[in-house]
Formats: sequence, C-alpha cells, structure tokens
Amino acid sequence: MSPGHYLALSAILFTIGALGVLVRRNAIVVFMCVELMLNATNLAFVTFSRMHGQLDGQIIAFFVMVVAAAEVVVGLAIIMTIFRTRRSSSVDDANLLKY
Amino acid sequence: MSHSSQVSAALAQGGDIPAPHIEYGQIGPMLLVLGIAVAGVLVEAFVGRTWRYAVQVPIAFLGLAGAFVWTILLGWRDKPHHVAAEGALGVDGPTLFLQGTILVLALISLLLIAERGSGRAGAAGGHFAAQASALPGSEAEQRSTEAGFTQTEVFPLMMFAVGGMLMFPASNDLLTMFVALEVMSLPLYLLCGLARRRRLLSQEAAVKYFLLGAFSSAFFLYGSALLYGYSGSVRLADISAQITKDAGSETLLLAGVALLSVGLLFKAGAVPFHMWKPDVYQGAPTPITALMASCTLVSAFGAILRVYYVALETLRWDWRPVMWGVSILTMVAGAIIAITQTDLKRLLAYSSIAHAGFLLTGVVATSRNGLSGTLFYLAAYGFTTIGAFAVITMVRDAGGEAAHLSRWAGLGKRSPVVAGVFAFFLLAFAGIPLTSGFTGKFAVFKAAVEEGATPLVVVGVISSAVAAFFYVRVIVVMFFSEPEADGPTVVAGPATAAAVALGLTATVVLGVLPQPILDLAGHATTHMFVR
Repeated sequence: MSPGHYLALSAILFTIGALGVLVRRNAIVVFMCVELMLNATNLAFVTFSRMHGQLDGQIIAFFVMVVAAAEVVVGLAIIMTIFRTRRSSSVDDANLLKY
Repeated sequence: MSHSSQVSAALAQGGDIPAPHIEYGQIGPMLLVLGIAVAGVLVEAFVGRTWRYAVQVPIAFLGLAGAFVWTILLGWRDKPHHVAAEGALGVDGPTLFLQGTILVLALISLLLIAERGSGRAGAAGGHFAAQASALPGSEAEQRSTEAGFTQTEVFPLMMFAVGGMLMFPASNDLLTMFVALEVMSLPLYLLCGLARRRRLLSQEAAVKYFLLGAFSSAFFLYGSALLYGYSGSVRLADISAQITKDAGSETLLLAGVALLSVGLLFKAGAVPFHMWKPDVYQGAPTPITALMASCTLVSAFGAILRVYYVALETLRWDWRPVMWGVSILTMVAGAIIAITQTDLKRLLAYSSIAHAGFLLTGVVATSRNGLSGTLFYLAAYGFTTIGAFAVITMVRDAGGEAAHLSRWAGLGKRSPVVAGVFAFFLLAFAGIPLTSGFTGKFAVFKAAVEEGATPLVVVGVISSAVAAFFYVRVIVVMFFSEPEADGPTVVAGPATAAAVALGLTATVVLGVLPQPILDLAGHATTHMFVR
C-alpha cells in the first residue's frame, strides 16, 4: 500500500475525532475523541517519517504518546471530580457559567 | 537534522549513539523553575502538613527570583543569539525579554496565590480548597476546613506551569513547542478547579478549559504533523527554508499552517477561539485567573511571534489577510460583548480578549518595531491585569469575592483608595495617556501603520473607544451610586496589598517614563529571533 492511504486514514480518524468532540455529550467520550485525534496525528507522523526516510517522525510519536498519557491522568482526575459532585458527566449539565 | 542523521548513521554502523550536547547555563532559568517544581512535589511527599506552606512559599519565591536574576545575567553579559540543546530551544533577545516578563509577573501572581488572609469576612484560609478531593458541601469538606487544612499542591503545580510558559516562547521546533504547551496547560487545568468557594463553578471551569484545551492542542499537533510532512523537519528554521525553496506540497503547507494557528490562537484567546476565556476566568480562583491573564498570555504571544516571525515569515502574504480578519474580529467582539457583562471577572476576560486583538496588530506588522511594540505591550498589560484581579480578590462579602458589578456600587464612598486604584487600572486598560496602556497601544499601532495596516489600526482605535465605555461604566457605578447597606467589605492581606502596589507602580512608571523599557524591548529585538 502506498503511504498516501495511511495519510487518508489519519485524516479520516482526525475528522471522526473532531466531530465526536463537537457532537458527543459525555465528557469521557469527548475526551476519548480527543485521544483519537492525537492517535491520528501519530499515524500521520509515522507515515511522513517513512515517506521522508527518517526516524524523526517515529520519535515524535513516542513523545506524543507520553504527553497523551499525562493528559489522560489530568483529564480523568478533573472529570472524576465533577462527576462526584454532580453525579453526571454530561457536558451539557455543566452550565452554571454562561453569558 | 544533523544530529538525527548522525544517530541514523551511528545505528547503521552498530556504534554508540552520540550524546546530545546541552548548554545547561543557557537554559538555566527553565531548569531552575522546573527543578523547584520537582522539589515542591518532594516537599508535599515528605514534609508534615503543618510545615508545608512554610517550606513551599520560600522555595517558590527563591526559584522564580533566582531564575529572573539568571535571565538578566544571560541577557546582560553575553547578549546571546543562538540555539541551545541541539537546536531545540532558542536563546535570543526577544525570548529573554519574554521570559523575564513571565518571571516577574509570576512572582507577583505568587504573592496572590500565597495570600492566606485574615479571619474576617470570608477571607480566611486563602483562595484554594482545603482538600480538593472532598465533595463540595460534604461533611469531609467541613471537617478539613475546620481542621485548617490548605492545599499546598498549588505551589509545585504553579511552578510546573511557569516552567512550561518559559519554554513555550523559547521552543525552536514544533515538538518542543507542543511539549511546552502541555507542560504549561496541564497544571493550569488542575489549578482552575481548586477554588475554595463557589467550587461548582470552579470545577466546571476546569472541565471546560481541559476539554477545549485538549481539543485545541490536538489541532496544533496535527498542524505540526502536516508541516513535518511538508518540510521533513519540525524545526522552525527548516520549515522556513523549505518555504523559501518553494518545494513540496502547498496543500500540506497551508493546511498545516491553518491547524497550527488554531492551536496557537486558542491559547491567546483570539476570536473565534475565545469561548473558553470568560468561563475559565470567571470560574477559576482569582489568583490563578491573574496568572493566566498575564503569564499565559505573554507566553502564548511569545510562541505566536516566534512561529510567525521565524517559520512563516516568508509566507506572510498568505497568512496576513487571515490574521487581519482574526485581529479585527477579536478587537470588535471583545469590546462589544464586554458591554453587556455584569460580573467583573467576566468583564475583564472580555477585556483580555479585546487586548489579544490589539496585540495581534503587532504580530501582523511582522517588523522589528512590531516585535518590540508587542513585547512592551505584553509587559505593560501583564502588570495592569494582575493588579486589577488583585483588587477583585480584596472586595469580599460573606460568600467570598463579591465579583458582581452591582455589589461594587458605591465602593468609592466606602473605600476610596481601593476604588481609586481599580479605576486607575481600568483607565490603563482603556489606554488613557500617562498610563502604560496608552504607551503599549501606541507602540503596536505605530508599528502596524508603518507596515501599511492602517485600516486595522482604525478598527483598533474605534474598539478602544467602545471598550472605554464599559470601563467608565464600572467607574461610574463605583463612585456615583449609593452604597448598599450590606455591601461588601475590603479585606487587604499584606501580600495582596503588595501585589496591587507593584501592579500600580508598574502601570504608572510604564506610562509616565516608558523610555527605559521601550529601549530594552528595542534593544532585545535588534537581531530579532534566532533561526
């Protein structure tokens, strides 16, 4: 398969993730969609790395994984806290701050 | 690139990987701040609860002050203009100016964060939750409050955030910039949720900031991936060289630049990526709002300047029209929506959005004067905004801060000094002559006119006039309406008072005698950013 197909897949995954963030209501699912976007990015990095014949893109993918893991820790902590307070993880219920 | 090709060659021969060369002295301020953050985590683990506050505050102060002195020495002694750490970080005049600004502003924010308050009028115990894990309104929360606990994790978290902020404008490649962005943002997400009072609002602010922040950094990263695909490198100088050569796929380049800009403009709070700002500024504990409104803004604009002045300078005929649009939208929307606000923190958030628009006119200029004007504006605005948020922390009633505008009615009759100082900060935001706001706006608008962006400046001046309306409205409410019978009281802790005094002094000095700092900014930008 040509690398172009992987790039197309990565763009599709990124779009699915971005749409998911916009339409889903559960904070956990929204967050999973963000993770999907990051993984789509990893796929793009690795594919470009292959196309350029370098290792850089593959190394960058490792950095992204580490940062994404750190983000999961912080994100789940915040979502857990608000779930315990409100007994709901819907992003539509958190509506005290507006206008 | 040379290092990675060396690595590939060494691997192919089965030899050892050459160790990277790190200039520890040149990147010392960042290392010091991050080191203090790690030390702060160890203090949390090993020092008893009663002693933690007494240990955390001095090491945080010493760390920030030490990093500031180090930055000054770096700039003063060797006037550096080179890259460090195998080209990952740039050490040059503009970067050192930005880092120095961030460190001073962080020191003043630390005064607010460290404030413990006296026992009066709902001010006791400082601004942060006794125990973040205890549910709001639960018995556990009551017990931890009665026991006089205070969360001291805020200090290491703040130091990590400041470390990321120092790294963000210094990053010379997109990967370092992404890591710095996350090191800066992740602690801020947590800090937003730690307010002592109105905890539901605070937690909601944390969730909103986190989800939107993670969303925008995914855009930033996908933009970096496309630019990597375009140029075969994430280094800003290599991307610039590839654009000059006019080789490679233009689709990848333009899509990459667009996605990268989304991530950067989100951090700066430019319209249409500003939706998080009012909610987060209102919900977060006010000292953290002060930190975000000053240091994060400086850092975000530092990174924007570096990306647009170094990597994309040769592409400026393509991105300038878009930046014009964003700048105009930001100035106009910030100023107009602010008129309808009734909460002071929210009002200052919209004012901060409008200021981000004014700052973008300096970015659009893409000239030396544009760079130095933006640097000066950032420093001037940072001091004023910390001062203004510090005043908001002082006006309290039984439930904590009285941030609603109606509660401030007649404050000028009850505490003329506090109301007068706040009025002065508002006039500085509006850009009245003899305040730092005027000098800053003059500097960026002049640079924009020189580069032919006169229509932009006209819009800027008009939206300044619109903005002046709501600043003056607050002053009218404070001085020309009758005080309520059960109005809020002014509680001034020593550290908060010191922060207000420093903000006030800087606003006056930069307005009346701006020349030394203007010269410093001009001097720092002689050679622009290192490539």
